[in-house]
Amino acid sequence: MVEKQLIVSKIKEGIVIDHIPAGKALKVLKILGIEGKEGYRVAMVMNVESRKLGRKDIVKIEGKLLSRKELDLISLIAPTATVNIIKNYEVVQKYKVMLPDKIKGAIKCPNPNCITNRPREIAQPEFILRKKEPVELECAYCGTVIKGEEVEKYLKP
Amino acid sequence: MTGFLGFPKGDVISILQYERKELEHLFSVADEMDKHLRSRSRLDLLRGYIVALAFLEPSTRTMYSFQSATYRLGGKTLVFSSKEATSLAKGENYADTIRMLDLYSDLIVIRSRHEGTAKYAAEIAENPVINAGDGRHEHPTQAMIDLYTMYRLFGAVDGLVIGVLGDLKYARTITSLLYGLTRFKPKKVYLISPGLLRLRKEVYDKIIELGLPVEETTSLQEVLPELDVLYVTRIQKERYPDPLEYEKVKSLYRITPEVLGNAKKELRILHPLPKIDEIDPAVDETPYAAYFKQARWGVPLRMALLSLVLGVYEEV
Ligand SMILES: [Zn+2]
Repeated sequence: MVEKQLIVSKIKEGIVIDHIPAGKALKVLKILGIEGKEGYRVAMVMNVESRKLGRKDIVKIEGKLLSRKELDLISLIAPTATVNIIKNYEVVQKYKVMLPDKIKGAIKCPNPNCITNRPREIAQPEFILRKKEPVELECAYCGTVIKGEEVEKYLKP
Repeated sequence: MTGFLGFPKGDVISILQYERKELEHLFSVADEMDKHLRSRSRLDLLRGYIVALAFLEPSTRTMYSFQSATYRLGGKTLVFSSKEATSLAKGENYADTIRMLDLYSDLIVIRSRHEGTAKYAAEIAENPVINAGDGRHEHPTQAMIDLYTMYRLFGAVDGLVIGVLGDLKYARTITSLLYGLTRFKPKKVYLISPGLLRLRKEVYDKIIELGLPVEETTSLQEVLPELDVLYVTRIQKERYPDPLEYEKVKSLYRITPEVLGNAKKELRILHPLPKIDEIDPAVDETPYAAYFKQARWGVPLRMALLSLVLGVYEEV
């Protein structure tokens, strides 16, 4: 606990995403569309000790709230993550991310021949959770399977 | 039998929608339809119905089989074939075509080279949609025919040793057949193919998960003596950039009377047709060839399916 406070200084308003599997913090930021130019104050620590995970990453973002879609996407990359909502330097809410049964409109199917990739059609890509450990998703239309840890490659703009 | 309500009405997108009992019910209705065909008694179950055949990718055999099934039941068809589909290339999307066909008919049978088209069509159309092949994804009605053929030939699918041969990677008939087989208890399913055309991981994982007793092999000769059923699909030239490699593979998996030398007498060969040169025509004349029966039984099976899906079947 002492060590954690040493590394991660407090933020006033925003979120702390904790218990991210070690090395996945950059992917989490990518999922949230954070590259730096958005102006958020962001702190990230990687490979710090964790009782639960051995090693973990932590991401702190000031002035941001998470949408349902963003939470779903984070759960695919970092199923162990916990989200702390900070208001006036205090944790006002804390919860674990939860794997969604399905996720619609957020991920593009990697199969170029899938109906969801036809430019003039109105099919929204939809993925069904097929396996939890490790996370695997299946395209509801064509059956193509992707790994949870690679979803950041297929984000829909 | 509690809770069993026959075969469900509505869309047919994947063979995995169905339970064993439902498929068995479909087979028994197909038997019924076949009796009518053989006695040439008229059936009017689809009188007043219009079936739209949306073949966005050409396939005369599947289309004729559905058309024949509809006519045999006294129904009519609207054909939207690949020729009309060329207007799609000029800008109209599938969605508008599906909406139009849905307004003009009672059921849409759809074939397309894009994976997921049937599910997409089912979301758009009010009336039932039947998947007649979507890209390399699935071809559930062919799988129903394949399973029905085994049931007709052997009296059951349970206990059979089945070899599936050829392009296991891209052939949608193979995927649907394997998914369909998970609903039964075959003794063993051999997946026979050159290394390059092995079953896709996503399909392999699913059939393992569903408990199908499969084994992969590259050698037909090794497993042939055990087989009751050999299901053959074509190995397509496009899969091999090197024409010499293709010729080698093709000849390695070609079925000839000589190759069948050490097969069981009871072995039956199935093929979704059309076949080109993956089976020597001399095999057609042997008792092994069951693919023409299989094509013929496709009509009563599709008659049964159409009437169940539309909810017009009553025991006659
Ligand atoms: Zn897809």
